[in-house]
Order: sequence, then C-alpha cells, then structure tokens
Amino acid sequence: MQIDLRTVTIKPLRQTFDNIARRIGGDKPASRYQEGTLDMQQTANFHYRPTWDPEHDIYDASRTAIRMADWYAFKDPRQFYYGAYTMARAKQQDTAEANFDFVENRGLAATLPESVRDTVLKLLLPLRHVAWGSNMNNASVCAYSYGTGFSQPHIYQAMDQLGIAQYLTRVGLLLGDVESLDEAKRAWMEDDAWQGLRRYVEDSFVIKDPVELFVAQNVALDGLLYPLVYETIVDDVLSSQGGTAVAMLTQFMTDWFAETRKWVDATVKIAAAESPENKEVMARWLSQWRDRSASALLPVARIALGNRSDEVLAEVVQQFNARMAKAGVTL
Amino acid sequence: MDMQVAKKKLGLKERYSVMTRGLDWTPSYQKMEDIYPYIAYEGIKIHDWDKWEDPFRLTMDAYWKYQAEKERKLYAIIDAFNQNNGHLNVTDARYINTVKLFISGISPLEYVAHRGFAHAGRAFPGPGPRVACLMQSLDEIRHAQTQVHAISNYNKYYNGMHDFHHMHDRVWFLSVPKSFFDDAITAGPFEFMVSIGFSFEYVLTNLLFVPFVSGAAYNGDMGTMTFGFSAQSDEARHMTLGLEVIKFILEQDPANVPIVQRWIDKWTWRGYRVLTLVAMMMDYMLPKRTMSWKEAWEVYFEENGGALFKDLARYGIKMPKCAEQIALEKDHLSHQAWSTFYNYAAAANFHTWMPDEDEMAWLSAKYPNSFDKHYRPRYEFWREQAAKGNRFYNKTLPMLCQTCQIPMLFTEPGDPTKICYREVDYKGDKYHFCSDHCKEIFEHEPEKYVQAWLPVHQIYQGNCFPEGTDPTVEGFDALGAVLKYYNLEHGRDNLDFDISEDKKNFAEWRGQATKNI
Repeated sequence: MQIDLRTVTIKPLRQTFDNIARRIGGDKPASRYQEGTLDMQQTANFHYRPTWDPEHDIYDASRTAIRMADWYAFKDPRQFYYGAYTMARAKQQDTAEANFDFVENRGLAATLPESVRDTVLKLLLPLRHVAWGSNMNNASVCAYSYGTGFSQPHIYQAMDQLGIAQYLTRVGLLLGDVESLDEAKRAWMEDDAWQGLRRYVEDSFVIKDPVELFVAQNVALDGLLYPLVYETIVDDVLSSQGGTAVAMLTQFMTDWFAETRKWVDATVKIAAAESPENKEVMARWLSQWRDRSASALLPVARIALGNRSDEVLAEVVQQFNARMAKAGVTL
Repeated sequence: MDMQVAKKKLGLKERYSVMTRGLDWTPSYQKMEDIYPYIAYEGIKIHDWDKWEDPFRLTMDAYWKYQAEKERKLYAIIDAFNQNNGHLNVTDARYINTVKLFISGISPLEYVAHRGFAHAGRAFPGPGPRVACLMQSLDEIRHAQTQVHAISNYNKYYNGMHDFHHMHDRVWFLSVPKSFFDDAITAGPFEFMVSIGFSFEYVLTNLLFVPFVSGAAYNGDMGTMTFGFSAQSDEARHMTLGLEVIKFILEQDPANVPIVQRWIDKWTWRGYRVLTLVAMMMDYMLPKRTMSWKEAWEVYFEENGGALFKDLARYGIKMPKCAEQIALEKDHLSHQAWSTFYNYAAAANFHTWMPDEDEMAWLSAKYPNSFDKHYRPRYEFWREQAAKGNRFYNKTLPMLCQTCQIPMLFTEPGDPTKICYREVDYKGDKYHFCSDHCKEIFEHEPEKYVQAWLPVHQIYQGNCFPEGTDPTVEGFDALGAVLKYYNLEHGRDNLDFDISEDKKNFAEWRGQATKNI
C-alpha cells in the first residue's frame, strides 16, 4: 500500500543554473556536488595580477605542464562537496573515537609487547611530520591549481592530513608521552633512517607545478607509504605480533587511504587520458617520484621489517605500478 | 610487565600545541626563502612566529564532528523549505531581488576567500596561523556551497540568478565586489589577512553578512536565514582570527605599524564602497526593513568600531581617516545608489522599483536631514513619469571610478548637490575617481590599479559583445549585445519590478497555494 501525501505543485521555470545545464547536457535536476563544484572558480576578466606572482593570473592553468581542454573533466568519484565531506569524516571520526576509547579503557596499550610498542613509536611518530608536510602541500595545490573540480579535493586532503598528524600524535601520547614525540622529532631531524624521506618532503615543498605536486605527494609518496606502513606493517606484521590494538588506532588511516585512492586514481586517469603529451608528462613525474619515494621509504621500512624490507617494498611498488597501469599510465 | 606510571596529563593549551606546532620543523634540505617565497616583500617583519596566540583550539576530529552536525541540520531545513514551497512565504516578491544580489555579488566572493586563505595558509611559515587560515579556507568553501545550495531553489522559480557565475565575471556593477576581492587576493599574504581577515571579517561583517541574514529572517526567507545562522559560529571564529592577526603583526615590530595603518585605511574604505550595495538593499530592497543603513553604520561601525580602534590605540593604530567622510555620506549613500540602479535597471540582473507611500514615510523618518529635501522629489517625479508610461531606463554608460569601479554617483562630502570628481594623470593617461580616498589608494599603487578591468571601458573597446558581433553595422543595438554577453535575458531578468515575470508568477503561485481556485 502506498499513501498519497499531497503537496501543492508548482512547475519550476528551470531545474538548475545555466552553467550546470551547459555541462550536464540540458536543463535537468543537478546534484549538490555539481552545483557546489562546477564553475565555482572565476575564469574571466580578472582585475589585477598577483603581486606575488605577476607572471600569472589569479587562477591560471599555465601554472602546470598538464594541459586540459576543460578542467572540469576532473570529477571526484566520492562527489565530495563540503557537506558530504564533513559528514563522511564525522562518521570515521566516531569510529576512531570508539577505537581509542576501547584501547584506553581496557588498558590495551599496556598489554602491547614491548617490541611492538617500540616499533610503533619509532615508525609511526615521525610520520606526524610527513602528514604535516602533506597538509602544506595540499594547501598549495588547492591555492594554485585550476578549476574547482581539481582544486576542491585538495583542501579536504590537506585537512585530512592534519587530522592524521593529530591522530598519530594521540597514538604517541597513548603509547608513550610528550618525550616520545620529542624523540621522534629528533629522529626525523637527525637519524639516517629518516633523512631520505625528510629530503623528499622538503624538496616537494618547492615544487611549483600544482599537478606535479599532486603526483609527488598524493600519488607517489602516499601511494607507497600507506600500503607499506598501514596496510602491511601495522595491519599484518604488527598484528601478528600481538599488536592488533595498534591497527585499531590507525583504522582511520587505513580506511582513509582506501577511500582517497579512488579519487587519486580517477585524477591520474583523467589527466593522462586527455592527450599523449599529458600521459608522457604524468609517466615521467610518476616514475621519477615513485623511485625517489621508494628509496626514501626503504630505511623507514627497515625499522619494522628488518631484512624483509627490500622484498616487501618491491611488492608494494609492484602493486603501485599495477594501480597506475589501471589508471592508464604504464610505468 | 612494568608498573604503570600515571602519565602526566596535558593541559588544553599544551595538548593543542603538540597537535599543531609540534608537527612543524625547521627545514634544512631547502632554504626557507624558497619554501616561503612570498613572506618578505611586503616589508612586514616577523621575529617570532611562536608568539602567535591560537585564537581557538580546534583539532580536526572535533571540527568534523561539530561541522557535520551543523550540515545535517542545515540541509534538513533547506530540504523542508524547498518541499513546502517556502519561497512563497516571503513578504513579497521584491524581496527575492535581495537573494539575486547576494548570489551574484557575494557568494562568489566566499569562494575567492576559500582560495585566498589556502594561499595565505600555505604562505605563512608559522604553524599557528597556517592551521587557522586553512581551517578558514575550508569554512569558506562551505559558505560558498551552502549559499548556492540554499539559493538553488529560488533559481528554479525566479529570474536573474540563472547564470550567476558567468554574470559575476562580466556584469558591470558586479565588478565592484569582484575587484575588491581580486585586489585582496593579489596583494601579499599579510595584506590579504588585514584586508579580509581583519577589515572585512572583523570590522565590516556586521554590515555585510548580518544585514542579509537578518533581512532574510525578517522577510520569511528561512532558507537563506538558515545558512546564515549556521555560518554564525564559523564567522565568530573568523573574526577572532582577524583580530589575532592584527595584534600579532603589530606586536612583532614597530615598523609594521605604519604599513598596517595604511592597509586598514585602504581596506576600510574599499570595504565601505562595496557596502554601497548593502546600504541600498537595507533601505530599499527589503519589504520588511530590519534597520536603516544609517542606523547600522552608527551601531556597527561608529560604536563598535570606535571601541575596537580605542583598543588598538595602544599599538599606535588610529581610526581610519575615511570614517569622517563616511559619516558625511551616511544620509545619502543608499538613496544615491538606488537612484542609480533605478536608472540602469535595463542592464542589471535584478529588478528595481520606486518605494510606495509607506516606504517613503519610513525613509523620511529615518533620514530626516536628507530624504525629503533631496530624494523624495526625484522619486515622485519618476513615479509620475512611470504612471504615465514613461518609465525611464538610462542606456548610456556611466564613468566609473578607477579604484572602486562604482559609477561616479557620489556627491562632494558636505554638498549633496554636486557630483564628486577627482582625477590623476599617470603615464600620459587620465584616471578618474569618486573620492579622495579612492584616488589615494590609486596613487599609492598605480601599477596595480591601472590594470583594472573597468566594465564601461571594456564595452567601449568592444570587449563585451558576443563573439562575431559587428558593432559597425547600421542600427547596432549596443545594449542588446552587451546583455547577450552577460547572458542576461532582456525583459525577464531586468527592467522594473512592476512589469516583471517574478511579480506575476509570485502572485499566481501564492494564490494557487493559499486559495481554492
């Protein structure tokens, strides 16, 4: 049975804004993602050149070597506009909170084997700084890239990485204390194991091309780091050594990577599919930054994996290559 | 297992500090000036970024939780408003023109603020200001999107906002708000923070955002009102950030004081000129008025702003000198603006009209020193003419001020019978200004302001016609071609409210919703 609630129906003059209608092929109802994204960035008749970058317009597609006929070809498969984004993260945040409570209330941190706890502090805590670097890089891409379809997900990514840095800080405070954070920062600044990665991150800070920065940060670095650290070391290796509690504390990162990679893959795919020239540039950046990322991560992997590091990392790289091949770039 | 030692519990401030500043480090593989290239050229000296006091301590998990709660409520209300044809409950259809002004003039600026704060956050080497700026960047895309989503339903039923992005980049009067934000985002990161974070968010928000939202509340527009109220706690955070920025810069070095003073002077004036649109909205476009422009200026600027500048006096900051001229203009601003839009109703994306008798009485009461003497006779004449079928539409193009880009409609300070003109010769060209303040702003940075994309100049240069237009053919209809370039539909989006489709439809739909016909 269906009940028939009656409302006064008035025929609308139009279904959506003209710019949306032009893009979705006619005057049809549009989604909130579409209305909140398409053509949001101004495109014409800018009044002044930036005093901080007089070579370019305020928004300028020529800041990157990637050429697009239409920058709104970039679509976020998650359809994230602000509301959808915060609601998704609030849900994950709820789970993370419950996990932290669970570990804390049952005193699970104290029951971790010493070696696991030690590995976590040594391996995860310096990654706070990597996440902080990513926060800055993603802010950069958001500020200097072209078209809201491309730029918008980067502000979400920037704030996600700040959130990840803060979750890692909480892990440090739960399994250790403020001194553990200080010690991890010292290692980040001084220990050989971290210098390759720190150099990678600092070098990425001076990349001017926003799409190259997207590749260096979100594709090449995170594309190896998350599968290596969270999916392999935390979820498999440490769990098998009695460290399941750690996997609970980093569930946010695991889930987050599984979700954001869909957007990353779609972005790589769209950029590369545009033209042979784009594909060539993407392939060059991808292989160059992948190689640097892999060699920077190797000494980090050794903290947890010892002599299995080469083999595990090679596998992670292989999976990464397969992922990129699926996105249309053979490396 | 070792005995568990009770851990030292971190205080809120300490905890927030390890969650933000503790993440930062001093790089050694790249030079600071290569990583942060935009930080020195404005001449602002920062000696210790750690002196930054975090104006609020919000970690991302709390942010997501709190903001998502607000989003759920907001969208539930928007959906309900739409489902119930809430637009038919507004005071009368004239009100909807306020919404048109808002979406085409203001919402696109929220988007620029989003990008601008991402830029500023990236540019500052201090983690404290970076986190605060990026959080604001995220909030600003929220505001841009929630506004578009709330107003989307109005667009389905009313004219004038169907291509607001396109219009924002092109329509003559929209270059006023657009050039304001273009000016801010193209300035250095410190000036951006003073212009938007302080002058706009802190000093002027109560005169911009608040009148629109209060106007919506007074006129039964629950959709617009709800996003306004939902943004209120964000705005409170932004205002706190704006004030902290000023105090931080001023405390860092005495040499910063004169630079900041110049920026405050400039941006208070620039902001005030944009508020011309708000002034006429408050006094003419809201069927149910909240307060007059003059009252709003007195309460929010003269009283509240006065107290603020008293507080800043200890840093050596003075009340902007333009405040004196603004005080002289407050009896005239909204009337001069509305008269101008009444004239140019053929080229705007909203309708204009003459106030009715009750409204004229309200204006007389609110503006006893100016309305009856200078503006009522003009309106009565226009009203008579319209009644005789001579509704006048000005089809010539006005001269614009090179800085604020408003037509030269303002009168001399202290003499409401004489239009104020100022001019400057620069590199062999003549530039025109509406006021001493706009002229001074130009003179300080002529290389910047000569770049301005002035709509009238652009039309005369032939840059505002659809591609392929030949303006030399006999009987060429310049206005028609410009409207096509704007994608403004003649007869539907423009002209007088009395003959508008909006008016007709609203009456018909309201009848349909409330009567058994």
